Amino acid sequence: MRGRPNFFASYEAEQGLLPTTTKKIFAVLVLIAAISIPFEVFPILDKFAEPAWLVLFNRSLIFLIAALGLNILTGLAGQVSLGHAFFMGLGAYTAVVLGGSAEGLWGLGLPIWIWLPMAGVVPALVGILVAPTAVRVRGLYLAIVTLGLVFIGEHIFRNANSIAGAPEVGREWPRLTFRIWKEENPLIDFSRDGQWFGVSLSGEAKTFFFLLVVALVFVVLAKNLSRTRIGRAFAAIRDRDVAAEVMGVGEFRAKTQAFAISSFYAGISGALFGVVVGRLIPETWNLFLSVQFVAIVLIGGAGTVAGSVMGSFFVVMMPRMVENVTRFLSEQAVGDGPVSAIADVVISVNGDFGIVSLEAQGPGLSIFQLNQVIYGLLIAVFLISEPLGLFGVWIRIRNYWKSWPFTY
Amino acid sequence: MLSVPLIAQVGGTSLETFITKTIDGLALGAIYALLALGFVIIFKATQVLTFAHGAVSAMGAYLVSYFAVTLNVPGRWMGDLPVTLQFALSAVLAVLLAAAIGMAIERVFIRPMIGEPLFSIVMITIGLDIVIRTIVGDYIGQGNTVSTGAPWGFLSQWRIGGVIIQHAQVATIIVAVITVAVLMWFFKTRIGIAMRATAFDQEAAMAQGISAGKIFALAWGIGAALAVIGGIFAAVPPRALGVSAGTAFFALRAFPAIVIGGLDSIKGAVVGGFIVGMAEVMAGHYLSSVTALGIGFNTVVPYLVMMAVLLVRPHGLYGTVEIRRV
Repeated sequence: MRGRPNFFASYEAEQGLLPTTTKKIFAVLVLIAAISIPFEVFPILDKFAEPAWLVLFNRSLIFLIAALGLNILTGLAGQVSLGHAFFMGLGAYTAVVLGGSAEGLWGLGLPIWIWLPMAGVVPALVGILVAPTAVRVRGLYLAIVTLGLVFIGEHIFRNANSIAGAPEVGREWPRLTFRIWKEENPLIDFSRDGQWFGVSLSGEAKTFFFLLVVALVFVVLAKNLSRTRIGRAFAAIRDRDVAAEVMGVGEFRAKTQAFAISSFYAGISGALFGVVVGRLIPETWNLFLSVQFVAIVLIGGAGTVAGSVMGSFFVVMMPRMVENVTRFLSEQAVGDGPVSAIADVVISVNGDFGIVSLEAQGPGLSIFQLNQVIYGLLIAVFLISEPLGLFGVWIRIRNYWKSWPFTY
Repeated sequence: MLSVPLIAQVGGTSLETFITKTIDGLALGAIYALLALGFVIIFKATQVLTFAHGAVSAMGAYLVSYFAVTLNVPGRWMGDLPVTLQFALSAVLAVLLAAAIGMAIERVFIRPMIGEPLFSIVMITIGLDIVIRTIVGDYIGQGNTVSTGAPWGFLSQWRIGGVIIQHAQVATIIVAVITVAVLMWFFKTRIGIAMRATAFDQEAAMAQGISAGKIFALAWGIGAALAVIGGIFAAVPPRALGVSAGTAFFALRAFPAIVIGGLDSIKGAVVGGFIVGMAEVMAGHYLSSVTALGIGFNTVVPYLVMMAVLLVRPHGLYGTVEIRRV
């Protein structure tokens, strides 16, 4: 079959998880690169082994799980939801009530193998409860209904003080450990530095491995879903709901399933977010968080699992990249360097002209504000130049090299 | 979420309280109606739901404060004019500038996206919202409030028996009525008819020689202008002490208004706005003693009303029912 990568002898072969050799090689390479990062094996990748980067990787993996859920709902089933943060919050608080320590609030102190699955199941059930309202409306109406869900959820979280802690104060999540039952010393502690098989690893690295495994499971599940009867029903609803119904796909049933599955993903992601970050305030689960997931799905490329992976890393890493650029520029503006002249114009030092100032107050944007502005602009400019997202960029690169050296 | 500081003390009989609250509700509803009208006009013309509306309204309110209080433009050259008129001129200046910015946004960011997936465009407006909100927030300053200057007086009020009528509420309602009247007149002019024609059938309108692009820009301009007028009144007492970072979030509560009324209905936006405003004020007063509902329950009442309406009418009260054919 070599040399004819697009030739498939059977439907099963074409519908495989990784249908072509290139994809197989690519997936293995990405996996090897990911696993190698905390061990500092490869020269460029070992930079990311420091905790500050691993924290970002961990967050990307957590966001990836939620993004996969939204991608199933939005990309596969065509239902745009701004309510993802609400379901994440539900999952997070299910986890903290089941797994958290009491400290004056509700907390049962149960082990991870109970609270992690339940953190998915409870939001899924709530998703099924909400679905009858959501199924009746479509398009932008649905977006606004789910937006309402976020605000109602935020109100509930702010007022459920025995679950979520006081407003603006929040509460502690349990640490990421594996216990059989409520014993004192956990079987595996993912959150502390220590040794695994004779290699000393930081707590962040251990968390990274745990999240990598969980994220991988959910990636495979998401990928698999699109190949099943349910996944095809979702796609049919997305493409033309009336035609789908004529063919015997129940619209209500499919949409409810899509909501339940996406809420399950969101809940797991929310629980892990709480556990990994440690302490969260009830206001965390707001519209801005939801918007980030819509951004991930759209920037990555709606309907594709690979897009969700690229999108979540892009959206989580981007503020850090922007920060690095501004820090570099401000160093250049203060000292002498190759781009000092440009940096001097952009950055104001000691009150001279500049768009960005290093002081938090006063005229000129602070660095945090500049990050925000660039973040917003990047979303806008990126989608204008490539409405199909990162996946569209990838398709274009691939098509170019497919016919290389002939342009078409 | 910003809470609504209701400073007016309520005395008198329950009927008088009810009348006072009704006026408050009408005023709040008028603001929501203005913001919702902006949403609907943009939506009807371009099929885009803008999420940058709140940021634009905060920007406009800040511009009003800058023109009227900081610079006193154009009042400084017209000292003999009454204060109210000076303020009105500053406000008009800010509204015009905001309309120009709205048109620029449409031209630069929205026009290239015609024909692209709807939610990519929505996402772009979210990106713009972040950008504008951050820049305006920087000008306002962290945790600051800047006063827009209110010529009707801060917290001044009439008392008729136990009924309290705040001047600000009356000003809000009057301006909203004038704005809606002007808008209704505008829709009957030549350009207004062109706009309605484009909203009705874009291709047919273009065949008649109407430039759809210009109509899009105009819609964004009008939308931004309405957002600013709403923003000014959202940022004065008794609703807020001035323009702050929270002003941008006011428009988010106009979303229920447009959904209740129907996304593509001008009439629906106005009706929805008043329903939402009334529900919020009434819940804030009559349900505030029910502690089980939690603090700030009135701010989520609009969303609850919205869900209830959608359960009965999935396209809002006046929205066009989508015809589904195989």
